[in-house]
This record gives sequence, C-alpha cells and structure tokens, in this order.
Amino acid sequence: MNGISFWIYLLILAGSTYLIRAVPFAAVRKKIQNRFIQSFLYYIPYTVLAAMTIPAIFYATDHPLSAFFGLAVAAVLALCKQSLTVVAASACAAVFLVELFL
Amino acid sequence: MEQFKRGVKAGIPIGLGYLSVSFTFGIMAVSYGLYWWQAVLISMLTVTSAGQLAGIGTMIHPGQYFQMLVSQITINIRYSFMSISLSQKTDAKFRGIWRWIFGFMMTDEIFAVASAEDVICRSFFAGLCVLPYLGWAGGTMVGALLGSILPDRLMSALSIAIYGMFIAIVLPEMKKSRPVICAVLCAVLMRCAFYYIPFLENISDGIAITVCAVVSAAAAAALFPVEEA
Repeated sequence: MNGISFWIYLLILAGSTYLIRAVPFAAVRKKIQNRFIQSFLYYIPYTVLAAMTIPAIFYATDHPLSAFFGLAVAAVLALCKQSLTVVAASACAAVFLVELFL
Repeated sequence: MEQFKRGVKAGIPIGLGYLSVSFTFGIMAVSYGLYWWQAVLISMLTVTSAGQLAGIGTMIHPGQYFQMLVSQITINIRYSFMSISLSQKTDAKFRGIWRWIFGFMMTDEIFAVASAEDVICRSFFAGLCVLPYLGWAGGTMVGALLGSILPDRLMSALSIAIYGMFIAIVLPEMKKSRPVICAVLCAVLMRCAFYYIPFLENISDGIAITVCAVVSAAAAAALFPVEEA
C-alpha cells in the first residue's frame, strides 16, 4: 500500500487505540468509592475473559474436539491452582496430542 | 528486579499466544496488499488483535478515515473499562507518566494477568509487557515475510494458549465466589447468543464482547455487590 493514505490510516488506528487505553488509565487517580462501580470493576475482568473464551475457543484449533480436550485439561489444572504458563502449555500439549489421532 | 522477572515470566504464555495470532495477522496483511514493514509497523504501534484486523480491512478501501475511527472506537472501548479497573489496583508509584507509558500495553491478556494481582507495581507491569510485545511484533514480521512455514499442527496447538491462560485466571475465582460463577455464566450465554443467533451474528466481535461483559458485570454488581474492594 502506497502513499500518504497509509500513514493517515496508521495514525487513526494507532492513535485511537492508544488514547482509548491510556486516557482512562491516567485520568482515574482516586480510589472509586461508589459500591456499585467497585463491584462492577471487580466482575468485569471475569466477564470479559469468559465472553472472549466461549465459544471462540472451539474454533481456535483445527478441530472443535481437540479444543474441547484442551479446555478440559486447562480447567482441571486451573482448579488445581497451577500457574498460567503451566495451564496454557498443557492445553497446547493436549490439543497437539489429540490432533495426532484426528 | 524481582518483580520485573516475575512479570516477564507471567508474560510467557501471552508472548507465545501472540506469536501465533500475530503470525496470522502478518500473513493476512500482506495478502491485503500491505508491505511487510507496514504490517510490522501497525503491530508495533497498535498491539491489538481485533482492531488491527478490522483496520487492515478498512485500509484497502481509499478514504474511509471516519469509518476507521468509528470501528476502532467500538471494537476497542473495552480497553477503557480495563484501564479504569487496573487504575484501582496500581501502587502509589505507578502514576503520572508511567500510566501514559504503560497504558499503551493494555491488551486483553495483559489486563487479565495484571488484574489477578492484588497490587500492581511498575516493574511487574513492565516485565509483563516485554514478551507479549516482542511476540506480537516478531510474529507479525515472520508471518508477513515468510508466510506459512510453521506446520499447521503446531499453529493449531499454539492457538489455544491464550484461552488456556484465560481459563487459568477465571476458574480459580469461580471456585471461590458464587456470584462470579453467575456473572461468568451470564456472559457466556450472552456471547453464545451473539455468536449463533442469526441477525446478532453480524455484530462485530469487539462490540459483542463489550456488551456481554458490561451487562453481565453490571447485573452481578447490582445483585451481588462486593463487600470491600
């Protein structure tokens, strides 16, 4: 892609993404006292991650079945309080192994 | 330094996951007619998956600057919630210029790991950003330059890494708290509705995820307010 157009697009893309992230991060300096907002902010990480994981995880790998096994392995290890790296790597290994047989 | 190292280590699964995602982005960007260095520049300056993908989709049309802005805002607005959420957990030194610097790296995955901390210090956050950034930029470059060289099987296995990490963050909290179970189930059910119901499936991923997450978290906050945060 040639010309000034690329740079304008890049500026809008990178600039808007940066401002959306950094402005609220820098602007909110005080402890929020409102109980509803406090609660909302406590729940939001989990709801975001849940909405991002299911059902997308089933379409991430080559086959939904391998993803299902990856999910199961990850779930068991996560409930056993394993670290993020261990859980993620084991899920990858499970997918790899299952796909050998598919 | 201890904290920095701990951060780097926590960033390993994110970096790995990003490698496979950005690799795909690199391949796509080149297939859309961008040069390899343009793809890498986009990744280095933006660091977001859904936004970049939508971005290169817009770039192939001339002059759609306003559409670019609107779609980026709707896809990325979830980052604002994440930033506000983390702003409550940072320690006393993590403010001012540091927020402007590290706000740049507020991705879904970095947010996820950082939010599992009780208190976030600068060095931990800085360490946490290193491998994801390298993975994101490096993966884009490899994908854009070399196309499909990694075996499919390996790519398939790597692509679940990010989700494995999400599961490792969410499940332990569900085990501890019944309201979190309700909030998570609500978000998942809503997300599935957006995914599978005709009409709703046309809504972009970024908007759908934001709506599901915000509605579920707001409902949980109204029904089960937390005692002391």
